Amino acid sequence: MQITVNGNQHEIDVEDDMPLLWILRDELGITGPKYGCGIAQCGACTVHVEGIAVRSCQVRAADIDGEITTIEGLGQPDALHAVQSAWVEHQVAQCGYCQSGQIMQAASFLDQNDDPSDEEIDSAMSSNLCRCGTYPRIRKAVKTAAENLRSA
Amino acid sequence: MGRVKTIARRTFLIGSVAVAGGVAFGTYLVRRTPDNPLLADASSGDAIFNPWVKIDSEKITLITPHCDKGQGVVSVQAALIAEELDVEFGQFETDFGKPSGAYWNTAMAEEGVPFMATDRSFAAETMRGVMGGLLKVMGLQGTGGSSTVADSYYKLRQAGAVARETLKLAASKKSGIPVEQLKTSKGAVQLPGGFELKYTELAEAASVLDPVQNVTLRDPSQWRLLGKPMQRLDILGKSTGTLNYGIDLSVEGMVYAAVKINPRQGGAIKSFNAVEAKKMRGVIDIFEITGGVAVIADNTWRAVMAVEAIEFDWGVAPYPAEQDEHWKVVGDSFTPELLDSQWRNDGDVDAVIQGEGVLESEYRSPYVAHAPLEPLNAIVKVTDENVEVWSGHQLQRQLQVLVAAVTGHEQEQVTFHNQYIGGSFGHRLEFEHLKQAAEIANKMRGTPVKLTYSREEDFAHDFPRHLSVGRGRGKVADGKVIALDLQIAAPSVIGSQMSRANIPVPGPDSQISAGSWNNPYNLANYRMRAYRAPELAPVSSWRAVGAPGAGFEFDCMLDELIHAAGADPIEERIRLMDHDVSRKVLETVAEMSSWGAELAKGSGRGVAFVESFGVPVAEVVEVTKMENGIKIDKVWVACDVGKIIDPVNFENLVQGGVIFGLGHAMNCEITYSDGMANQSNYHAHEGLRLYQCPHIEVRGLENGDKIRGIGEPPVPPAAPALANAIFAATNLRIREMPFNKHIDFV
Repeated sequence: MQITVNGNQHEIDVEDDMPLLWILRDELGITGPKYGCGIAQCGACTVHVEGIAVRSCQVRAADIDGEITTIEGLGQPDALHAVQSAWVEHQVAQCGYCQSGQIMQAASFLDQNDDPSDEEIDSAMSSNLCRCGTYPRIRKAVKTAAENLRSA
Repeated sequence: MGRVKTIARRTFLIGSVAVAGGVAFGTYLVRRTPDNPLLADASSGDAIFNPWVKIDSEKITLITPHCDKGQGVVSVQAALIAEELDVEFGQFETDFGKPSGAYWNTAMAEEGVPFMATDRSFAAETMRGVMGGLLKVMGLQGTGGSSTVADSYYKLRQAGAVARETLKLAASKKSGIPVEQLKTSKGAVQLPGGFELKYTELAEAASVLDPVQNVTLRDPSQWRLLGKPMQRLDILGKSTGTLNYGIDLSVEGMVYAAVKINPRQGGAIKSFNAVEAKKMRGVIDIFEITGGVAVIADNTWRAVMAVEAIEFDWGVAPYPAEQDEHWKVVGDSFTPELLDSQWRNDGDVDAVIQGEGVLESEYRSPYVAHAPLEPLNAIVKVTDENVEVWSGHQLQRQLQVLVAAVTGHEQEQVTFHNQYIGGSFGHRLEFEHLKQAAEIANKMRGTPVKLTYSREEDFAHDFPRHLSVGRGRGKVADGKVIALDLQIAAPSVIGSQMSRANIPVPGPDSQISAGSWNNPYNLANYRMRAYRAPELAPVSSWRAVGAPGAGFEFDCMLDELIHAAGADPIEERIRLMDHDVSRKVLETVAEMSSWGAELAKGSGRGVAFVESFGVPVAEVVEVTKMENGIKIDKVWVACDVGKIIDPVNFENLVQGGVIFGLGHAMNCEITYSDGMANQSNYHAHEGLRLYQCPHIEVRGLENGDKIRGIGEPPVPPAAPALANAIFAATNLRIREMPFNKHIDFV
């Protein structure tokens, strides 16, 4: 089958039930999306399908329906997405392992709501686990990103 | 230390520093400087000034030997060197370096001597010096015990200054201008008249000079990097998915492995049936390894699926099968035979704590998993000549020893490439996954093997924090706390952990009682006894090790007594405090939180103070009793590490430590049924999520006379401060973690 990741087409030959996460990581070598739990509890594997945040550990190969964007496709070190800029500005990461997923979750959320309330931010970001406890900075970074997206 | 007096000093070496039994060493060994590992790979023209700074004609490389599992210590170590070397961020590369005795940890000994951190007596300082010498002889390179900044603060600035002065000497020889007229900045020696010589241009000339050792470190008032907000070197990579962790690496020709080891940890594998698993797509091989089975496949997911398809017959666990039995063993350990150490015996508790009004309580702290988000993993390639390991680890040299023992090589034949780590909290002090990867790769010599644990395997084989039981008795009089007799029983975490590293540890285990006896209070009558329960489930150091459990038990017991006395929780702690730096921490948190201000109906505040790793930390937690449960509104934290290297990273680590402490106290424990952990993934061991995260205000003080680390100390006070706040809001005194067994959280 063919899938499109970050604008590039790939031919893959995998089982119907192989999760998108492992197609990305082990078949295509795209390692920005992380394996954390495999059961949609941590959100480290979050990618976009047609711009919507999904848990790539829960998307079977046979169910992939649309273009996939990973953290690598959202922005690069020399061309950051507004959410990534805010993450850098607020020095969010500690170990950083969850942050690819946090950023993809925030980018998708802000794409649909660029003027969220505190409660909406809390609600949107609470399915992504951070074991280091960077939540205070995640909140600030989402707000900054929202401001920058609105003024862009 | 005022009246703090009768502290047990019965042993030379104690538990929290791992020490091989019977090591004897002389002055010569202690004075001898270990070989510089950079020299082994040096080319002609490379200027190698010491084990931390290497400059060639192309680039400047700073070695940051402490591993980075999120604490930001690559940046911190680099900044300490760069401050004196006069290089800016962006002008150098960093490298974790090769494991070497040259990187022995000069600060780990602090926690391992049987003296309070506040004790500056001759005996205490002498013992610290002796322990430090022992770690040097052992060449103990390691990251842990919040020791990175303490270990690096002097020696890395020194390393930068030595390189700088040597480069100036090289520039002087090259230009004929006296050294006194030369200055340095931005990676170059500045000559009079606006000329400059880049360090890379001076490398060859500097490479033939003896490093200038007589250097003077700059006064902190002159610092341009340290003490100011920095942009972490890893922040771009971690915000763009471009930074590789061990789990992201690939090696040419690599195969993928998954394992299933007896979930009854340490139990045998009796038999297994892999007929169906062998037929699965992508499976290359399946074979037995120590304690379980390995599947080799062409993809991680296929390997894990195949492992799940195998039927196993496991042997029994070498510890009690059911959790209740674990608690009973610990509860039965308060006996004279199992007394591990009497850490305090001030006044006369037996005479004072009797008759009417004796307050008695029992506290429990459960097993808790580390569960960092990056599961355990390693790539190992074994050939007849050597072994290569790619992984992230905190004990680099012991890793080489243990891998070599598996493959039959010598330690020197094991090359270890350390990696950025996606969280540890103590998990990456363990070796079992590395031994398994080495065992698999040894059976497949020539083929690199990448072992990745599934989250379920990671939970099943997480050696959790030890469980403990604390029993307190106390007495109050005239509105004051006058006596506390605290006993804590727990299996020895250091004994369990070091047995897996093949390092015998003599003496008592200070971590059974860490966070209790060492708080610098001066209670007129205070006894603290620690009991070593028999070994149960294998346990390991969890962020802050003993202090999250014993600190909870101590501080909540003290809080109960303060309430019984009718005293104010902060004022009474301040009255009892016998250490100026710690008193200031308590006064600061009172001021920050406007302690004493009127609260909304249903709200309550608790305070806790716990000193761990030499860092006094006080936290005030404010909660509100909602219709559906407790909401944590705010936390104020004051602490003192002597000197803050990067205030942004510092605040992040303190907030993270508070969240770690709160989350696990609220809803995390590992329990055993049929010898297996009941919790297999984050749904059952969740920690704090963002919507539950309180506003956390942090103030770092710099009054302490020693430089300390901040990775762990914010964790221990969080649980008791939360329990004390819940009591203030609800009148419910919770004496057992996790608290959600007794109250709901919203």
